[in-house]
Amino acid sequence: MKKYLAFRALRLIPLFFGITLISFLVIHLAPGEPTGTFAEFNPKMTKEARERLRAYYGLDKPLHVQYLLWLKKVITLDFGRSFAPDQRPVSEKILERIPITVAINLASLCLILAFSIPIGVYCAKHQGGTSDQFLSAFVLVGYAMPSFWLALLLMFVFGVKLGWLPISGVRSILGWDQMGFWEKALDVCRHLLLPVLVSAFGGLAGFSRYVRSSLIEVLKQDYITAARARGIPERVILYKHALRNALLPVITLLGLSVPGLIGGSVIFETIFSIPGMGQLFFYSVMARDYPVVMGMVVIGAVLTLLGNFLADIAYAIADPRIRTR
Amino acid sequence: MSGKLLRSNPQLSFGLGIVLLLVSLSLLAPWISPYDPTEVHVDRVLWPPCKEHPFGTDELGRDVLSRLIWGGRISLAVGLIAVGIATVIGLLLGALAGYYGGWIDEVIMRLVDIMLCFPTFFLILAVIAFLEPSIFNIMAVIGLTSWMGVARLVRAEFLSLKERGFVLAARAIGAPSIRIIFSHILPNAMGPVLVWMVLGTGNAILVESALSFLGIGIQPPVPSWGNMLSSGKDYLEVAYWLSLFPGMAILLAVLGYNMLGEGIREMLDPKRYKA
Repeated sequence: MKKYLAFRALRLIPLFFGITLISFLVIHLAPGEPTGTFAEFNPKMTKEARERLRAYYGLDKPLHVQYLLWLKKVITLDFGRSFAPDQRPVSEKILERIPITVAINLASLCLILAFSIPIGVYCAKHQGGTSDQFLSAFVLVGYAMPSFWLALLLMFVFGVKLGWLPISGVRSILGWDQMGFWEKALDVCRHLLLPVLVSAFGGLAGFSRYVRSSLIEVLKQDYITAARARGIPERVILYKHALRNALLPVITLLGLSVPGLIGGSVIFETIFSIPGMGQLFFYSVMARDYPVVMGMVVIGAVLTLLGNFLADIAYAIADPRIRTR
Repeated sequence: MSGKLLRSNPQLSFGLGIVLLLVSLSLLAPWISPYDPTEVHVDRVLWPPCKEHPFGTDELGRDVLSRLIWGGRISLAVGLIAVGIATVIGLLLGALAGYYGGWIDEVIMRLVDIMLCFPTFFLILAVIAFLEPSIFNIMAVIGLTSWMGVARLVRAEFLSLKERGFVLAARAIGAPSIRIIFSHILPNAMGPVLVWMVLGTGNAILVESALSFLGIGIQPPVPSWGNMLSSGKDYLEVAYWLSLFPGMAILLAVLGYNMLGEGIREMLDPKRYKA
């Protein structure tokens, strides 16, 4: 297992360089780049902003030197200063936004797992039945549903029409100080319910179907037939022999869903006014706050890299074929 | 396509029906749309659905149905061209990696891994922040950030196809590599690529509408489903139809492409689907 994990960890290094190289190219080689010759004519860049970009990227040096200099700064989490009036360091602005986004995404992952595994198991058990067909329909809609539209619909029904749930922010502003601990916790949960639902919706459909088909595949294996021949109760076969193996690939899927979740946070955080990474990213794009945008792209990709690595570790722990190697 | 095939494959027939309907509506837009989509009527502001305006009118008195039909043109065009760009890139890189193997394969596949690390939406927004959000830029950016799936697919097909007898035969008679790649192997790998393209079109429509919804996609007054929703959300409490119908249009279009894609997959590989 150590060897496997060491190999996986080593693989992160070239990927990290690749990520930074592509980010670097995005800012430098895109036509109309903010630092290029034509930037002088770009009305969205003030002269001062151009000067600061020039200083930060060392634009008087050759391209590869620029890249290495920038890389050195990135490794120490120095992404320069924001163009926004507060002029705070970019890394500080981004790091303070990470916890809320990660928390919401973790909550929606828990929700996805808590529901998709039972749904998938049930449908695999009753293959072709009514519930199975219902799941197929739900999966189709889940994949096609624009998350921002779902958010609007939920806001309209639960926020505006029924008035059950708040529709923006992470906590109440009025009366927050008078609340006790449990009231505060309940208040935050009520605020986050809709965003978590929206971000979980698409994944819920996809994961349920994945669990279903993975389980059906496993149930066809010889060792399941062998277990049945030995007269082991069907329930034990399903939950002890089959499900464990069927859930292994789900770990990989979890790792793969990280970039989608981080990217998707732009949409629901903007709609529900949640002060997370996605909202900061959106505002920075709108304000052409290039240092924040670039810092965010790099950090988003690195978070994905870490998510994939965590999935590898989890896989190694869960799968004895790797664990005992 | 025979009627029997369509009956035995409901996903294919439903998907094909929806896609054909939407494509013909957008192709015929100049003739069938009841009003000019950008024509402002100050005396018809925010009319609910009625006889003259079946889907109501928006905050400037423009006919929602007409805007939906014209917006469909934009969404479908963005979807098709973005997928075209992604397919060309993915096909070329996947074919090179699968056919030549070795360090070429290694480099291309690492590039795929790296691109997959970026949250696509972040990358797209970042590039749009540097460029103008014109329709062409949006097509290009969506295409440039979504070719990885097709590259992996084509590579896998090439890996198995290049060992087959007909490829060995072509090589034995001295056919040049480029000819083997494009006229011997590629046509045999097109099935999964076609499925990916159809599914990818649905996805590109979803991305475009999300961008337009956030205000960095297709810019008004040109109607697109995403920017209609974006301006409609401000009237959520008084005019539900401004949010309901564009959203349904997006859902229907993406649903149609997804069903068509799954249907084609089932048609090409019926064995896998027999439970």
